[in-house]
Amino acid sequence: MGMTLAEKILAANSGRDHVQPGELVNAKVDMVLGNDITAPVAIREFNKIGVDKVFNKDCIALVPDHFAPNKDIKSAEQAKVMREFAKEHNLTNYFEVGKMGIEHCLLPEQGLVAPGNVVIGADSHTCTYGAMGAFATGVGSTDLAAAMALGETWFKVPESIKFVFHGKLNPWVGGKDLILYTIGKIGVDGALYKAMEFTGPVIKELSMDGRFTMCNMAIEAGGKVGLIEPDETTLAYVKGRVKVPATFYKSDEDAQYSEVYEFDVSEIEPQVAFPHLPENTKPLSDATGVKIDQSVIGSCTNGRIEDLRLAAEVLKGNKVDPNVRCIIFPGTQEIYLQAMKEGLVEIFIKAGAAVSTPTCGPCLGGHMGILAKGERAIATTNRNFVGRMGHPESEVYLSNPAVAAASAVKGQIAKPEEVV
Amino acid sequence: MKLNGAAWKFGNDIDTDVIIPARHLNTSDPEELAKHCMEDGDPEFYQKINGGDVIVAGKNFGCGSSREHAPIAIKAAGISCVIAKSFARIFYRNAFNIGLPIFECPEAAEKIQPGDKLEVDVDSGEIVNTTKNETYQATPVPEFMQQIIAAGGLINYVSKRVKNNE
Repeated sequence: MGMTLAEKILAANSGRDHVQPGELVNAKVDMVLGNDITAPVAIREFNKIGVDKVFNKDCIALVPDHFAPNKDIKSAEQAKVMREFAKEHNLTNYFEVGKMGIEHCLLPEQGLVAPGNVVIGADSHTCTYGAMGAFATGVGSTDLAAAMALGETWFKVPESIKFVFHGKLNPWVGGKDLILYTIGKIGVDGALYKAMEFTGPVIKELSMDGRFTMCNMAIEAGGKVGLIEPDETTLAYVKGRVKVPATFYKSDEDAQYSEVYEFDVSEIEPQVAFPHLPENTKPLSDATGVKIDQSVIGSCTNGRIEDLRLAAEVLKGNKVDPNVRCIIFPGTQEIYLQAMKEGLVEIFIKAGAAVSTPTCGPCLGGHMGILAKGERAIATTNRNFVGRMGHPESEVYLSNPAVAAASAVKGQIAKPEEVV
Repeated sequence: MKLNGAAWKFGNDIDTDVIIPARHLNTSDPEELAKHCMEDGDPEFYQKINGGDVIVAGKNFGCGSSREHAPIAIKAAGISCVIAKSFARIFYRNAFNIGLPIFECPEAAEKIQPGDKLEVDVDSGEIVNTTKNETYQATPVPEFMQQIIAAGGLINYVSKRVKNNE
């Protein structure tokens, strides 16, 4: 019997010819990741194991991105724990502020993840790297600690669900809208414990940035991984970038899926997820007119160069509404620099938007754009849970970067074509 | 081992931001985290609960972030276990890894009312509602997870493996 992409990667990394859903495997990990919130807990646990070295100093990435640049004394202490651990173990991939970016934009950009890899990260959005055909999933700090010592971790082989996207994308519709639409259809636990495989002619045509956005939000449907079969687009992305061996796996024709969904994207307009769950999606036409106080453009979901280009296309020659704070977060220093070269940063500043150094800050209500009681934001981030961006009585609406930019200009949720 | 306590009920899709909001994640001290446990679902939760009490919730408990601070906060607050219709994947793994007993039991999640007195057998997964005189059976814990529990959490399990050079 054939295997899915997820099954093939797990089989190869656990020394097996064949695996099937439900089996437990011990897989070697090619890269493990922690950040300034999760790594300090992992380091505390690692020190209890009784090993004096990490399994491989080149295969651990530590990124202070959540509360960094440090927002207060306590978070500075946390970052310090991570920094000292990185020094003590001579870790190759510790990224200090100045080199740091939002981890899930940074790792692929720096060539630290390759197609066919198994990656675990103590951050739920680690599933982003499935866009490159890697089996990548979020774990907690203790699993991270164990993997830092052993270089392997256990997995239950997940069942796979196939999502096939047909048709022609409408204007201003991209990866973010496809994934929000999907989550809206299947719910926040619609893919619980399962691998989500995105495929079809629309995905074939989708850029890497759009693919990263889609796989990034697999976790918002409860998915273990979001995967896209690597192809010429993937090859062009990894060429000259990825430093470790890559393997391009493909699902077999006769692979088994627990479910198959077929979507005609010609019927999809930009999507907006209403508070307080990513599954509360509506077409943009049903969302316009909702007043906003803040627009956040960036994050591990939509902080890449294409996202910034879209925002700039909409903001160019426009002004942010006087009642709105528009905050833009490039995902990495490289993306920031590219945005400067292309004149995007100038467009943002002239429009009256604030441009920040890379950080996860506002997405999780950490810092750099916290909402007060009763305030409302539109954001290109991934979660709109109660209190996610600040006060428990504030609200977050999720959208793509063009919609967030148009809404910043209009002071209410708006269509990009209203301002372009 | 048997756990005893009163039930505190929550709905579906209780996310990790409700269990422990990110504004408190600038520390990993369990006692600090405990004070803010479930804060955005019920601001007085920590004050109201007694040691041994049980969280009973609907589907997809612990969805969202991978923060292990969530099960750590629940455990440090004195909650003895969590019963839910289903759990989000990362939370499920984290709870076992840090030694917070959790039970998947749709029937219990449905029938238990706030304040019901519960007696939970950790080994068999039998949940007795002494207020209602009802018994529910939780889904058996996978064998591998039982080994982690028996070792006293993942770190002890790994530590033993390292010592035995496995």
